[in-house]
Amino acid sequence: MHPLLTRPRQLGLYLLAWIPLAGILVYLLTGGGGLSLGEATALTVPLCLVYAFVCLAAWYPCRATPLEKSGFAKLLFTHLTAAAVLGTYWTYQAKELAIGLAHFWPRFAGLDQRLAKHIPLLWITGVLLYVMSVTFHYVLLAEQASREAQERAMHARVLARDAELKALRAQVNPHFLFNCLHSVSALTSSDAGKAREMCILLADFLRTTLRLGGKESITLEEELALVRGYLAIEKVRFGARLHMEEEVQKKSMEVLIPPLLLQPLVENAIRHGIANLPEGGVIRLSAQEEANVVTIVVENSFDPESPAPLKTGLGLDNIRQRLDTRYGPEASISVRTEGNRFQVSLRLPAESNGVLA
Amino acid sequence: MRAATDKKTRAVIVDDEELARQMLREFLSGHQEIEIVAECANGFEAVKAVTELKPDLVFLDIQMPKLDGFEVLELIGTERAVIFVTAYDEYAIRAFDIHAVDYLLKPFGAERFETALQRARQRLGGKLPAATELSSSARPPAQPLERIVVRDGTRVFIIPIAKLDYAEAQDDYVALASEGKKHLKQQTISSLESSLDPSRFLRIHRSYIVNLEKVTKVEPYSKDNHMVVLSNGTQLPVSRSGYSRLREFLDPARVK
Repeated sequence: MHPLLTRPRQLGLYLLAWIPLAGILVYLLTGGGGLSLGEATALTVPLCLVYAFVCLAAWYPCRATPLEKSGFAKLLFTHLTAAAVLGTYWTYQAKELAIGLAHFWPRFAGLDQRLAKHIPLLWITGVLLYVMSVTFHYVLLAEQASREAQERAMHARVLARDAELKALRAQVNPHFLFNCLHSVSALTSSDAGKAREMCILLADFLRTTLRLGGKESITLEEELALVRGYLAIEKVRFGARLHMEEEVQKKSMEVLIPPLLLQPLVENAIRHGIANLPEGGVIRLSAQEEANVVTIVVENSFDPESPAPLKTGLGLDNIRQRLDTRYGPEASISVRTEGNRFQVSLRLPAESNGVLA
Repeated sequence: MRAATDKKTRAVIVDDEELARQMLREFLSGHQEIEIVAECANGFEAVKAVTELKPDLVFLDIQMPKLDGFEVLELIGTERAVIFVTAYDEYAIRAFDIHAVDYLLKPFGAERFETALQRARQRLGGKLPAATELSSSARPPAQPLERIVVRDGTRVFIIPIAKLDYAEAQDDYVALASEGKKHLKQQTISSLESSLDPSRFLRIHRSYIVNLEKVTKVEPYSKDNHMVVLSNGTQLPVSRSGYSRLREFLDPARVK
């Protein structure tokens, strides 16, 4: 299907461009003597209206003989043949129309004879109009090609980002898994029930990670459930050393966030915070929404004397990149240390399903 | 253990996770010839226990509070047979295995545990050479030191690198000057030099390494010699080659 036929706005513009062309034709027919203004108009308007659509047919030979790939001879032959055929068709139509008008309207009697001397002019006009249409279509094709190229480039970028996001999500820490399995292994002889419980906690966590990781967005509530599952596992390892506090505003629970955004932060809080404290410490997670911005804070105790973590780097960089890809400058992440508290704050636009529902 | 030795092998378990300690206890319970003399949950306790109890064998976790396993190993020396027990990946741990008898990757089974124990027996029985001298620290050289750990008896001092004013060679030891105190560490000054960040520390003399951030001025001392003055007023001699290194460093910096 011709692209203009699916876009009414552009089709309208195309037809508008035919008005001056029709005007010129009226001028030529009256100027050469023979036809009155009324006769020329009565002929030209229906003729041009039909021919405007006929000329759209140039789309097909133009597409079949792309400018840069076809030889000059082939181009010339294709379009001149088509021009000659259509010019003849257009002249024939004009004649038929003149006969019809002369027959049905007394006012136009003898129009067909008066038109006869304009036949060569009409034929040349038909050919020229078709050639113009060919030019127009080559421009249209070039424009379409460049738009398609742009779209492909855009699509490629989107794909690259998707791949990157997938890679970032696939970040369940192997140390975490090995330590977990070691705990399970230790529990099998001392407390089989607890070993089983831990296996189930771990399976639930992994399954949820896989399920949520594949999504574009999840609610904060879902992410918090994942984080709690993760902490339940770590609690088996760290026992009384690990404390968790949550202060999450109820309405922020529905906010949509990228999956696995908070879990790596909580994991960092354990690895670089709690794990370095003989007596353990507290991880405090808070979230609140205000003026369409949700602020999520993960705070943990840490040992200021433990060697500066080269470490937090990677996890935080990933989160920063993910936020940047998705929200651009609307989201931010900031890190603060105060005494023996380490704090990461995320600010992001509060999108929610409620708006769509 | 071989019949010739009646004495039990004395072992210390170091891991911050109770379950991990429990696992080692369980595996060791089948060995009457091994006695667990202490269990430690962090690096400080480990250094204290090993120094006081002088065990034959140490099971040492790597990621722990206060001091990590590498730092503990550095402080307790190479007299004991050390088996690393860790969830670190094999690649990371291989870099250190010359200092340890073996390493157990969590989770491990009884069979792998027995192999490690076998190696420890050979080492204790003199069939395996003692670990090579800890040349600088147990850390890979690619990573400049961020802090220095020093043991004084059973006490451990941690000197963050930024607080180290200078180091002075004293026979087999280096004296580390920090916040008005000097700490002695059994290490050569050259090995210390190689583990420090060369953009922050400079060997100004056969016997001195200085923290460049602490240097306030360089003054002529005698006809051919110079000295540096640190922010706390300490004066250190600069050798002729040390002076040319110092000029290379300070001149472009001072111009800024």
